[in-house]
Amino acid sequence: MASVPDGLQYTDEHEWVSGDVDTGAIVSIGITEYAAAALGDVVFIDAPSVGDTVAAGRVCGELESTKAVSELYSPVTGKVTEVNQAVLDSPELLNRDAYGEGWILKIEVSEPAKKLLNAEQYASLTD
Amino acid sequence: MPLHSALESRHLALGATMIDFAGWSLPVRYSSDLAEHRAVRTGVGVFDLSHMGEIEVSGPGAPDALDYALVGWISRIAVGGAKYTMICTEDGGVVDDLVVYRIEETRFMVVANAGNHSVVVEALRDRCEGFPCEIVDESQATALVAVQGPASPTVATRIVDQGDRSTVAGLPYYSCAPATVTGIRMLVARTGYTGEDGFEFFCPSDRAGELWDRVVDGGKESSIVPCGLASRDVLRLEAGMPLYGHELGLDRSPFDAGLGRVVQFGTDADPRADFVGNRALRDAARRVAGFRENPRSSPDDARLLVGLVGNGRRSARAGYSVLAAGVAIGEVTSGAPSPSLECQIAMAYVHPRYTAAGTEVEVEIRGRHEGMAVSALPFYSQAK
Repeated sequence: MASVPDGLQYTDEHEWVSGDVDTGAIVSIGITEYAAAALGDVVFIDAPSVGDTVAAGRVCGELESTKAVSELYSPVTGKVTEVNQAVLDSPELLNRDAYGEGWILKIEVSEPAKKLLNAEQYASLTD
Repeated sequence: MPLHSALESRHLALGATMIDFAGWSLPVRYSSDLAEHRAVRTGVGVFDLSHMGEIEVSGPGAPDALDYALVGWISRIAVGGAKYTMICTEDGGVVDDLVVYRIEETRFMVVANAGNHSVVVEALRDRCEGFPCEIVDESQATALVAVQGPASPTVATRIVDQGDRSTVAGLPYYSCAPATVTGIRMLVARTGYTGEDGFEFFCPSDRAGELWDRVVDGGKESSIVPCGLASRDVLRLEAGMPLYGHELGLDRSPFDAGLGRVVQFGTDADPRADFVGNRALRDAARRVAGFRENPRSSPDDARLLVGLVGNGRRSARAGYSVLAAGVAIGEVTSGAPSPSLECQIAMAYVHPRYTAAGTEVEVEIRGRHEGMAVSALPFYSQAK
């Protein structure tokens, strides 16, 4: 069963956010184990660049697996401060360690988030 | 409500992710598509193909009936032989692609795609009506387990009874024979859809569990890996094999798909009796030959199937446009990253002007144009 760590927040598009989502804070984001398992072996990640603006709930990239393509939605509004080059080079990290080494972006939050779920709420979505 | 394979509990116990496919609940993968793919290319994999249709056509009129109904010269298959063939409409469009096994002189098994099973049964009943033969749809009663990969002969011979070992070991590619596995008498065929050596076991569905368990147990020594529909699709794509609904359909003739060899017209010296689609298929053969000889004067909407290869990070997928100099000249029918070739591969119908190997084209991949080049099929074949 896909794990849903307690310390993170989630979206109904199967992303996770790590850190306090306060204006000015920097958070890490990625996709959940559930999403990674549904995709299968991820072979390509199309991520935004450092400095790009992203908006909560809007498509900011793409995840391609052997069999499918899935859109990457930003869970928060802000500016990209860091992109995980390791996961871009080795997309299989998403499948191996979705919540750790598989992080995709760091974002400097510019607006408080509105629709984030806690672990329990997200887990009930995927049951 | 999807149909369930008799092996479903085993798939779930193995951690399979299930999907609905052609009205059946089946494993799309168990672990990783890439791991399953690699297992079939270098070791051995096992597939549950119980969704496929198995239709028995038997009786003194069966050879003539199938000669009439199908485009292949079925009565010419030797007993114990198998043939890849198609069933076409009067207009030459493809209703399904099939493998026909001649189990006995007048007993044949026609294996159809799950999605076309009902249509094929109906068409066979219709076409075979004038002939003294019987058509029995054995699909629900028959399970199919495929063992594919270079180590498959080792596993296949290990799991059959001692007395059948040399028969199974000696089966030529595209042939079949009865054999006993764990006390169950069944048909074993040296056929498959992966481009590797392989065996397909047709057994009564109420004993499928015993067969599967025997395969998995006998395959342990060879590190057998259960494989799902996802890896199956990329394996067949690498092997240049068509998938109905993608490369084949009612609106395409076998000749458009480069598979004219399955249509056997006979010769003046050795004529063949009339068969469904004969006339239209002769026209299609002529038309396609014309496209190949004079690509530049082919109509704008003429299309032939080609392979494409590319080195981009994104994959071409079914439905994406193929472009040349910014103009749409075709459409992708299947595409995926190729684990064996480590590049992107695809099949596409393109205008005859762009079918020469090496021709550079572009594929529109979700708003971006990625370069690909025309390639001969298959992309992959076994090391000899």
